[in-house]
Amino acid sequence: MTEAAVSSAPKARTTARRPDSIRLLLNNSLATGGFIVLVAVALVALAAPFLPLADPDVTAPANRLMPPFSPDHFLGTDALGRDILSRIVWGTRVSLAVGLSATVIAAFFGSLIGLVAGYAAGRVDSVLMRGIDMIMAFPYILLALAIVAVLGPGLLNALYAIAVVNIPFFARNIRGITLGLSRREFVDAARLSGKSNVQILFIEVLPNVLPVIIITMSTTIGWMILETAGLSFLGLGAQPPQADLGSMLGEGRKILFTAPHVSVVPGLMILVLVMSINLFGDGVRDVLDPRLKSGVLTRPVARTTIDRKEAPSGLKPRGDAVLDVQDLRTEFHLGGTVYKAAGGVDLHLAQGECLGVVGESGSGKSVSAMSIMGLVPSPPGRIVGGAAFLGDEDLFSLSDERIRQLRGADVSHVFQDPLSTLHPLFTIGDQLTEAILAHRRITRSQARKIAEDLLKLVRIPNPAERLKVYPHELSGGMRQRICIAMALANDAKVMIADEPTTALDVTVQAQILSLMNTLRHERNAAILFITHDFGVVSAICDRVAVMYAGKVVETGTTEEILNSPAHPYTAKLIDCVPVLGEPERRLDAIEGRPPMVNNLPQGCAFADRCPKAQADCRAAPISVTEIAEGRSVRCLHPVKEGEHV
Amino acid sequence: MSEAALLTIDRAERVFGGGRTIFGMPKPAVHAVQDISLEVRKGETLGVVGESGCGKSTLARLIVGLDRPTGGSITLDGRDIAADAGNDPRALAKKVQYVFQDPVSSLNPRKTVRTILTAPLVHLIGLGKKDQERRLEELMEAVNLAPEFLDRYPHEISGGQAQRIGIARALAADPEVIVLDEPVSALDVSVQAQVLNILDGLKSRFGLTYVFISHDLSVVESVSDRVAVMYFGRIAEIGPAREVFANPRHPYTHLLLQSAPAPGRKSLVPEDANTELPDPYNPPPGCAFFARCPNATHKCKESHPPLEAKSGEATHLAACYHPHGGEEE
Repeated sequence: MTEAAVSSAPKARTTARRPDSIRLLLNNSLATGGFIVLVAVALVALAAPFLPLADPDVTAPANRLMPPFSPDHFLGTDALGRDILSRIVWGTRVSLAVGLSATVIAAFFGSLIGLVAGYAAGRVDSVLMRGIDMIMAFPYILLALAIVAVLGPGLLNALYAIAVVNIPFFARNIRGITLGLSRREFVDAARLSGKSNVQILFIEVLPNVLPVIIITMSTTIGWMILETAGLSFLGLGAQPPQADLGSMLGEGRKILFTAPHVSVVPGLMILVLVMSINLFGDGVRDVLDPRLKSGVLTRPVARTTIDRKEAPSGLKPRGDAVLDVQDLRTEFHLGGTVYKAAGGVDLHLAQGECLGVVGESGSGKSVSAMSIMGLVPSPPGRIVGGAAFLGDEDLFSLSDERIRQLRGADVSHVFQDPLSTLHPLFTIGDQLTEAILAHRRITRSQARKIAEDLLKLVRIPNPAERLKVYPHELSGGMRQRICIAMALANDAKVMIADEPTTALDVTVQAQILSLMNTLRHERNAAILFITHDFGVVSAICDRVAVMYAGKVVETGTTEEILNSPAHPYTAKLIDCVPVLGEPERRLDAIEGRPPMVNNLPQGCAFADRCPKAQADCRAAPISVTEIAEGRSVRCLHPVKEGEHV
Repeated sequence: MSEAALLTIDRAERVFGGGRTIFGMPKPAVHAVQDISLEVRKGETLGVVGESGCGKSTLARLIVGLDRPTGGSITLDGRDIAADAGNDPRALAKKVQYVFQDPVSSLNPRKTVRTILTAPLVHLIGLGKKDQERRLEELMEAVNLAPEFLDRYPHEISGGQAQRIGIARALAADPEVIVLDEPVSALDVSVQAQVLNILDGLKSRFGLTYVFISHDLSVVESVSDRVAVMYFGRIAEIGPAREVFANPRHPYTHLLLQSAPAPGRKSLVPEDANTELPDPYNPPPGCAFFARCPNATHKCKESHPPLEAKSGEATHLAACYHPHGGEEE
């Protein structure tokens, strides 16, 4: 056994990091605005004792109900002659303090209940969550009223009431997240590292739940301030003469028509405060929520953006190919970094031929295949060069409508996971007929008949009955047959199959492979077969293209590639796979890792891992050389026959 | 068996579900693992192969004490694992460790590699600060990673490197047995070879015993001394790896070997698509492979065939009345 390579020390971690959270937050102008307003309000409220304000509680009946902009009283006075500006500042201080502390209390107890319930599951979970359900069964204002009724009116009691009322909100949210996290493998791993349940819960699970707690807090706090104001408005919170936004509103209510400013000013203050908190809270959620961060908010368009620098006038379709991809370049633009996922890919498929595209993850094989029909999500993906000829048409210069006509008709796809490809809520029959009707002007019953024939074609027993079942009622192998049937529904010329058997068991894989092989001969359809498994390649492919770091490094017939690989990468890749029936074979691992496609070297991308690399390999881009008919390799020093690398 | 077994599994069974509802209706039960008996000797690698749903991962979780058998027993060095997992999980974790299938999700995304690897050192063997540092260096060296990786977070390392961290964590407390549940199936082939080579080196260096679970026949063949083939929660065939692969006795093993793709193998031999897989909620009374088996007879449908030596060799057992390559009865 050779020792595997010591992985090189990590390089400087400056390249390609996601934009950090604060920068993301500041990019959101609404959230930034909310944040600025909130900070300003909070600073003023905090500074209240030091500001030159009148005493908020001193009454002056002589100055009662002065309008705004009066001398000495910028916002006027209320029914008892108290300065409204001063009361607003002091009242905001109280409202903020109560809202914040209620949120913290609710977050603490709610999260604790949620964490324990989610982690312990079973009976503990049932007891805790039924308790929470009981709190939720009351209308919240009624519950808050009941609590205040028992404890007596007062700001502190209102605070408790609001905190208790909001505990279920936290408990349910946190429980859901914890439940998912507790079944994750790292929790099992921590248990096997000897950690106790308490340690696992608070050291392993809690840090992962924390962002959710913060998100929930940021979205609740505004609501809490409103509720405090509500209770005070009803006279159950702040007691006179203490100023609080809710109680000010309540006092102003009686004289709403004679002196509207007394209630309008605190009302506006509540609006500004809650609005700013909510805008900021939404911004925080967008930044912290991993699902939103990964780009759910940027909705990809129906077709990959095509952004070719120069018109590919020099590229002409080869005569004998149904599909001819030339110099395809697809890039991903993420946070200022450009990932050249496909950096000049050439593939061509003759009629009825099966071309295997082999490569490791990140080699660009899926991106190349998805680019053909514009299925790479944009943003961030875009096609920046090359052409893909289907017959005489360049797919990259066609209209969106023409592409829609071709998708699923002339070119169809089969993906890795049939369960996520099929719609769970429609029957197999509905989905098949829909695929047929999208491209043909026939009646539903005719389409149904074709669907039945298709199921027969993919060897599904009892097709008429099977049309009525839902995807979840079928096994994985059966589902993949349905997907193949769908791909064949409109007599596709080219079928693009992306790892169609990787998720299947070996016995099922054998069935699917032999089915695909028979069908392509029956239908004379070409298959672009993407896989990482040389065993699968030998079973079905006529020719193979090996990809590495976004380029095709070698093409040839399957036998040639397997028996006498010319590119050192192909040779090493074949050598490192265990082969059934040869247990004594030495597994020859490839040292190092493929380069990142955002930082490709000038010369050969494989040079750093290649035992045959020389100075000229690194000097300039390597072009493809044809070493025999239909056999080409992107290497200056190809492996000779019988040579071992 | 000549040598004393380190790990003994005796008629282990794990049933999920079952029991009754409050109205007395029986709840559906699935036998994930049933009637499994096998021994693992010190220093050997036992490969466990089978397709999805055959119970191989459940078996793995039973061995490390993450799950308890509902019947039968699993003993390590004469001590019952289920009892240990309840009373003294740390003592058990010191002896048996686990390597997970998904390297990235088995590492806590919010902890550095150092924190992750230190946990077993602190909680299982109670090392002091100074010894921890030394041990961490040893571990990183053992899995061929530069010490700089200690201060990285899981999302900053690749899948292959993450799996090596997973292996280092399993090694940390110097266990006797490591259960590897599909340790390389989430990895690219070139990285897979690196990890397999590291595992091989560690085994001879630290005198480890492996239970290696995989659906990939070629990987299992290249690492195992003995192989157990599982089907529908039971062992279909068990024996020396070379024997089982060269001369499979159970028709299921034969089918698996026929179906596996291999470079250079032109056509795979698929079975008839009409075959029905057994329903786990309603298991057949006899052999679970009955419906798919070319040799099946009435007898197979009636009763479950016992696991017996079929080819004259006492170590090569198959649960079949009509084994492949020659009738017995």
